[in-house]
Amino acid sequence: MNIITKLLTAIRGSAREIGEAVVDTQSMRIFEQEIHDSKENLAEAKSGLTEIVAKKMAAERKLNGLKAEITENEGYAVKALEQEDEALALQVAEKISKLDAKAENLASDLNSYEKNVDILKSQIQEAEKIIAEHERELAMVKTRESVQQATKSVTQTISTNESAIGSARDSLERIKEKQQNEQDQLDAGIQLRKDMDGDDLDKKLKSSGIKTEKHTAESVLARLKKK
Amino acid sequence: MSLLPNLSKRLSEYQYKEHRFSCLPMPGEQDVLRVEVSSLEEMPIFVTVTETQILCISYLFSKEEIHSDKTAELNQYMLELNVPMPLTAFAIIDDYYSVFGALSRGSTLDSICDELVTLARNSSDSLQALEEFIK
Repeated sequence: MNIITKLLTAIRGSAREIGEAVVDTQSMRIFEQEIHDSKENLAEAKSGLTEIVAKKMAAERKLNGLKAEITENEGYAVKALEQEDEALALQVAEKISKLDAKAENLASDLNSYEKNVDILKSQIQEAEKIIAEHERELAMVKTRESVQQATKSVTQTISTNESAIGSARDSLERIKEKQQNEQDQLDAGIQLRKDMDGDDLDKKLKSSGIKTEKHTAESVLARLKKK
Repeated sequence: MSLLPNLSKRLSEYQYKEHRFSCLPMPGEQDVLRVEVSSLEEMPIFVTVTETQILCISYLFSKEEIHSDKTAELNQYMLELNVPMPLTAFAIIDDYYSVFGALSRGSTLDSICDELVTLARNSSDSLQALEEFIK
């Protein structure tokens, strides 16, 4: 069962202490220990790998040296034969056969080192995968636990201090009221701007003589004369 | 976990995109910081710091406050809204519908402020958007 399924099962079972329902504290500690041990084994495997790789490299170097020596001696043998020195050629050939045997042994060692390296590498990869997976599970359970504690603290805070949250309806009304206020202020601002713009236009019209002042001394006098 | 008092102090002195933060530490089993984002005070945010994350929660309404015959529809809406809503997700905590955001403990102050402002805004918007479900 994967960890999400476990969590879901725990939630379905309406278990409040979900962290505990999934993995109790004791088994969590064991789990942590397992991860720790796996990591140690992994470190060992890695140092083992380094050792084998080093051995493999040494064997390769040796083998190359042997091969060069064989080629060199083969040259000598051919030259001895050219000089028709059969005895010398035979001596060299004996040396070559010994070198050949050595090379064969070394090649088989090298082959087993290479196989070991492959096996170790895939083991390390597998172990790393398992450790990563375990750590993810552990992190999830731990997070679940700490979140539970955190939310518990928050809800406790709220229930001991009812004004901390209030009802949704109240909050909604306050939000609406505030938005209405903001809208009103915006409208008032627009109105004010309009009025001021109107004043400006009035002034412009008057200064250009298009609109005349109603209550000037001249207009009053003219009105009186009409009577 | 001295992160929370430190956060409280820094937030109180900080201004982020014309928002200020009023912080009220609430000591308890695990410390909780109640944060009001200016101009979004109706939806306070409760911040806690755990081993792995900074958790910010804002409560929408309790299960009792919604029309019980509409619960399935409400849940469906919330699931559908979850992905398009930036930095915020819906959740049920005990008996409360809530929105929350989680941040890495290594988040910068600006990232935390961004989360707080966005969460408060989303919380307020969600409450208004889901009004029909509230009794």
